[in-house]
Amino acid sequence: MNQPLPTPCNTGSTIRQRGQHEVFCGLTSIIWLHRKIPDAFFLVVGSRTCAHLIQSAAGVMIFSEPRFATAIMDERDLAGMADMHDELDEVVEKLLERRPEIRMLVLVGSCPSEVIKFDLGRAAERLNARYASRPRVLCYSGSGIETTFTQGEDNFLAALVRGLPGDIRSGRPAQLVVAGSLADVVEDQMARLLADLGIEDVVFLPGRSSDVLAPIGPQTRYVLAQPYLGATAAALESAGARRIDGIFPLGEEGTTAWLQAIATTFGVSASRFEAVTAAPRRRAREATAHYRPWIEGKRIFLFPDSQMEPSLARYLNRELDAEIIEVGSPYLHREHVAGELAMLPPGVSISEGQDVEVQIDRCRAARPDLIVCGMGLANPFEAQGLVTKWSIEFAFTPIQGYEQAGDLAELFARPLMRQGLLSGAASPSRRVAS
Amino acid sequence: MKLTMWTYEGPPHVGAMRIAASMTGVHYVLHAPQGDTYADLLFTMIERRQSRPPVTYTTFQARDLAGSTADVFKTACRDAVDRFQPEALLVGASCTAELLQDDPGGLAKTLDVDVPVVALELPSYQKKEAWGAAETFYRLVRHFAGGVSRPSEIAPNSCNILGPTALGFRNRDDVVEIRRLLEEHGLDVRVVAPLGASPADLARLPDAAFNIVLYPEIADVTARWLKKTHGMPFLSTVPIGVQATRAFLAEARAMAGLPAMVDASNEQERSTWYAKSVDSNYLTNKRVFIFGDATHAIAAARIASRELGFKVCGLGTYMREFARDVREAAEQYGIEALITDDHLDVEQAIIAARPELVLGTQMERHIAKRMRVPCAVISAPVHVQDFPARYSPQMGFEGANVIFDAWVHPLMMGLEEHLLQMFRDDFEFNDGAAASHLHETGTAKAPVDAAPIIMPDAVDQPVGWTVEAEKELKKIPFFVRGKARRNTELFAAGKGIQPITVETLYDAKAHFAR
Ligand code: SF4
Ligand code: SF4
Repeated sequence: MNQPLPTPCNTGSTIRQRGQHEVFCGLTSIIWLHRKIPDAFFLVVGSRTCAHLIQSAAGVMIFSEPRFATAIMDERDLAGMADMHDELDEVVEKLLERRPEIRMLVLVGSCPSEVIKFDLGRAAERLNARYASRPRVLCYSGSGIETTFTQGEDNFLAALVRGLPGDIRSGRPAQLVVAGSLADVVEDQMARLLADLGIEDVVFLPGRSSDVLAPIGPQTRYVLAQPYLGATAAALESAGARRIDGIFPLGEEGTTAWLQAIATTFGVSASRFEAVTAAPRRRAREATAHYRPWIEGKRIFLFPDSQMEPSLARYLNRELDAEIIEVGSPYLHREHVAGELAMLPPGVSISEGQDVEVQIDRCRAARPDLIVCGMGLANPFEAQGLVTKWSIEFAFTPIQGYEQAGDLAELFARPLMRQGLLSGAASPSRRVAS
Repeated sequence: MKLTMWTYEGPPHVGAMRIAASMTGVHYVLHAPQGDTYADLLFTMIERRQSRPPVTYTTFQARDLAGSTADVFKTACRDAVDRFQPEALLVGASCTAELLQDDPGGLAKTLDVDVPVVALELPSYQKKEAWGAAETFYRLVRHFAGGVSRPSEIAPNSCNILGPTALGFRNRDDVVEIRRLLEEHGLDVRVVAPLGASPADLARLPDAAFNIVLYPEIADVTARWLKKTHGMPFLSTVPIGVQATRAFLAEARAMAGLPAMVDASNEQERSTWYAKSVDSNYLTNKRVFIFGDATHAIAAARIASRELGFKVCGLGTYMREFARDVREAAEQYGIEALITDDHLDVEQAIIAARPELVLGTQMERHIAKRMRVPCAVISAPVHVQDFPARYSPQMGFEGANVIFDAWVHPLMMGLEEHLLQMFRDDFEFNDGAAASHLHETGTAKAPVDAAPIIMPDAVDQPVGWTVEAEKELKKIPFFVRGKARRNTELFAAGKGIQPITVETLYDAKAHFAR
């Protein structure tokens, strides 16, 4: 263990170590997906651990009955595989009796269901036949042996694309698919900007309702709004769509580059692009500037969590003048984040996967001013006098797009401001204000 | 297969983690996929501990399944021993690794690590968190206290405290409180375990005269084993509530060979007087619904009924292992115990019982909040708020004081009931008036205008009210209006009355009067 694994070629100095990972599994993306698509219900087929994970990561914060549940497998199920499908059918029947309003039922595979090779695809087919696709039944894997955190969303979106029923293909084909969950407010902003640029037939994936899906074909272009969508991209491509390459819409620069890539693809004139984006660009820069004094020159270490880390590091470095020590990502989709990696300053360590103990050693040795890390690690770092930011907030807070650029900056600034408040240190904003 | 939205207990390996995290010098290597590392946050985030739990996860991935996950496990064990140099290594599997059948115990033995290895077999598909914690504690004690012999001379007043753990409901403060009480009474507390104990401390358990089981869910099995193996008697009266604390102290003194107390009063204890004071009159026969772990639920029922004068209208637990104890307790209050780990059953039972106060877990807090019934949390599973910064034990006399405050404060609107009733026509209190601390020209509505309480089963079709009845309802002070509305609607729905008239309102009032 702890030996760097050989990389296929020698470009870049990516640290790849085997060892304990400290990341959520893909089941966790259910937490935002079920809010994003209110008529969908996510049923994990798993163990008590899976149920406990979702509860601990989210459950206690949600006050109404959630639109997710776990079908907990027990001894009996494991003893005789034959009746597990019957058991699942019974659970589904019970669930649908309770929640008849569900339009899309998503069966989510877990580690235990994968290890015993429980065929959720077959279950979905059978249930679709039984209920005449009312609700429509889909499946994907969110298991921790296959996926981390945001990859659950990737697998879900890929399943959505593959599951596009033929009969809705009669509508107008999508010109542009924007793939990747965005908060509703962000999605609305993006939709307005794209409309102002004159781009028609834009479809967001996932949609807010489970059955609004336009056909995807060879005319369709797609753009990723999130960096963790390898499987979704592959599914869109096998439906004929082609990717628009760009960096991700974080910060003023990222959002502009992302929109520019789209605008170029659709032949939007430079003057129109300028007219549409000038005002929000100015606002984004203004909002960001407000927080820059807290962050500029600060040394920041990012632990792997959501795969958004390269984009966050690029934003921190280029728009807030932070120094980046290490960018950890659970996985790097080299092609999709190539633009982001190219914009990072030379000398930044990139790590993929992790051996958390060794990474903690590196982090402590570097004594960064701010550590972006998961919930399990944050308080122990704080107890040692280091300042942390929960990485999970970047998945739960609207941070993409122009109008959120200031909010994104604030997420990083707040722990540093707080440290200033509690230690009585002088406020950098006073320096600026005077 | 069982459908579940929320779960009261985690898997058994989380119970094992609670024991490992409680102790010093123990490290747990858990054969598990990466996602199972979420369990760290229970300790670092919910309990706000300053260090990570002493657990190494092997975090095998799909590509390892083709090769040897056993090797992944062995490497993790070696690395953990090198890095953490524990006094004892716990090894076990999570639910996924259990399916791989790698046999962590067997593998660890082949490793030749220079550390005692305690192998755990926690059947994930049968058992749950509390069982896993109890089993882990028992395995550790058996390993370290099994081979030792008891000294020939043992001071009769020496005792151990067994059962408090990490993530336990207020366990940290309970230990402080009970240790202090025992010491005031001349007892000598030797080892507290698992919270704060090392493997070496476990080996010293047989050196004391007897054991005190504070949390039977965790320590019952171990105490029985220590009795069988070392002949150590144990005491398992749980000192929650004034009366139980008195009984506990009397038993402890007797076990320690100390003379019985003449005067059992305690200066620290205020809850008895508070409950007697005229201010508490309104607590009389308040209907309380109780659900939680067995220890806290049984104790809560006793306090509610005998020390505060409430009426216990529901009592239950999610711990089947302790179903018998809870059933026996429920019988004393003339009700049937609810034994279930399905929170939807609990919700149904709460609706049916029409409580005025719910004492439960995090889940019952959700339920009560939706029904706008006051609630206090008395048991795990809990939320970050249930690890308060202040000292707030549940046990001993101070614990009884804490409980008095914690349960009565949510009912405070009721306390104001009998005072505010006198001022119902006062311009300050009429519900159109702004709160008295706001500027007098403020036009805001009174902030506590209680909306009708929605009881999910009773309001499929909202029952209509006549204009006169609505007017009459408005005359009822706003802080009890919600309840009046709910009761009336329940009554009307039950009798098929539609619409509700002034007559119905008063019929319902008469019906529900006590
Ligand atoms: S991503 Fe491409 S360039 Fe980088 S190491 Fe792998 S093969 Fe080489
Ligand atoms: S890692 Fe696997 S077993 Fe653990 S919670 Fe995630 S899906 Fe379930």
